[in-house]
Amino acid sequence: MLASEREQLKAEINKMAKKFDYHRSGLIPVLQYVQNISRHISPESMQDIAEAFKIHPVEVQGVVSFYSFLSIERKGKFVVRLCRTISCDMAGKEAVANQLENELGIEFGETTDDGMFTLEFTNCLGMCDMGPAMLVNDDIHTRVTPEKVADIIDSYRNRFGAHVTHGEHA
Amino acid sequence: MSKTEKKLVIFSDLDVEKALKNALQKSRPDIIGEVRDSGLKGRGGAGFPTAVKWNLAAAAQGERKFVICNADEGEPGTFKDRVLLTDYADQLIAGMVLAAYAIGSKDGIIYLRAEYTYLRKDLEATIEKMRGKKMLGKRILGKDGFEFDVHIHMGSGAYICGEETALIESLEGHRGEPRNRPPFPVTVGYLGCPTSVNNVETFITALHIVEKGAKWFKTFGTEKSTGSKLFSVSGDCEKPGVYELPMGITIKKLLETVGGEDAKAVQVGGASGTCVPRKDFDRAIAYEDVSTGGSIIVFGQQRDMLQVAINFMEFFCEESCGQCTPCRLGTETLLEGLDLLDEGKCSLKHLRELCSLGETMQLSSKCGLGQSAPNAFLSIVENFKSEIFDTRCSCR
Repeated sequence: MLASEREQLKAEINKMAKKFDYHRSGLIPVLQYVQNISRHISPESMQDIAEAFKIHPVEVQGVVSFYSFLSIERKGKFVVRLCRTISCDMAGKEAVANQLENELGIEFGETTDDGMFTLEFTNCLGMCDMGPAMLVNDDIHTRVTPEKVADIIDSYRNRFGAHVTHGEHA
Repeated sequence: MSKTEKKLVIFSDLDVEKALKNALQKSRPDIIGEVRDSGLKGRGGAGFPTAVKWNLAAAAQGERKFVICNADEGEPGTFKDRVLLTDYADQLIAGMVLAAYAIGSKDGIIYLRAEYTYLRKDLEATIEKMRGKKMLGKRILGKDGFEFDVHIHMGSGAYICGEETALIESLEGHRGEPRNRPPFPVTVGYLGCPTSVNNVETFITALHIVEKGAKWFKTFGTEKSTGSKLFSVSGDCEKPGVYELPMGITIKKLLETVGGEDAKAVQVGGASGTCVPRKDFDRAIAYEDVSTGGSIIVFGQQRDMLQVAINFMEFFCEESCGQCTPCRLGTETLLEGLDLLDEGKCSLKHLRELCSLGETMQLSSKCGLGQSAPNAFLSIVENFKSEIFDTRCSCR
């Protein structure tokens, strides 16, 4: 992260923290915000966030490491989360998982080299009557089949500017 | 959205504005009294009497009080709150207003799970619409001195935050680790203030009860489990979906309704619930028999029940918050045992030790997650032991 970028993000962090009167109840909303724009919460950001809330950086790290939608490692521009819970499993999640790995050329838990996609399993998405289900960022996809996987992935890959803007906060 | 033909309670017609207006004419004790008479118990799964919770929060001393909607629906196989949040959001918010009026709160929070972020926009639009109709904000529906508003707080992906004290920890910006109880949230909750945390379905059901009466509500269900319940049905059946059915319905009858008569077993209550084998399908779904927050997962004849147990135990290993030892280490040890069983390398002596460990976890874990994590393991091992041993052999 460039120093100027860190300063910019730090200003945003402080602005948001102020909205919560620097009260700790604003910590997770701020972390969600940073995760959303930087696709991870870097050690530098954790320092800046800790400073804003006047808590120890380890407290911040403890929170980040607890929640599955917050991450210290940088995620892809699109995070694909396939439901691994029993109903989706019985509906054929394994074949979908296999095809996701084929289309993206990575295994679960990995991010593509171009920083576009991260592939993860997640627990119940609440779409058990329409499985297999997966989230791509905040979008839900249901009744996913191995044949549909390529189209879904392409629809994100081809989003306007997706290839241009990726890595903007690198 | 519902596949139920008969409209019982939640899916019965309701004029939300009229219902709220009528409720605000009543006194606070009358509202809590009506809910008490109805026998309504928490619909999230724990089954705590709603009126008792509200009464304690109403009686508690505090400058501020909070009404929190637990929309952190994460139990495997549960999706009824998703349907309610999508199609009945106005009833939910009116139900929160009702609770706020009953306990004397001005602040409401909807804790929405991260996985449901796509519902947020519509939910916010509904909140805004209800502000416009004076069902939120100051002087609600002309009621002097009564103000209440709600905002949405997003979860960040943690099953344990469905536990009410973990949810409060999370709201306060901490790891979602359950608190010691007592004190209970009704006296010391969010920011140390009296707080009532209720499930989405509970708020909506309470609104219907106060409008239509406890007597009417009790025409459905059993003596100890009054009213109806939403069931999220998935797995090997012809018509998966959300059903509203009377409490006390037998598993057999439920399976007939959803087209799953051939089932080998049914998981009632999700990963933390119980696996009921075919021979017990006459059992009733109710607080006094097989209890559930609504999750019904149907297993057809072809399913390998050991794989089901492994899937559930992997879930608990991931979602255990790690705070207390019985749960953190117990879930891992049970999963190792299941893997041994899968390889055909588990002695009966070891299996008995694992079952005993499961019982220890039920007794000694700090919160509901650890206490219920062994349920699926124990019920599957008990009911399908011969299937497990007959189909596994390490020498093959």
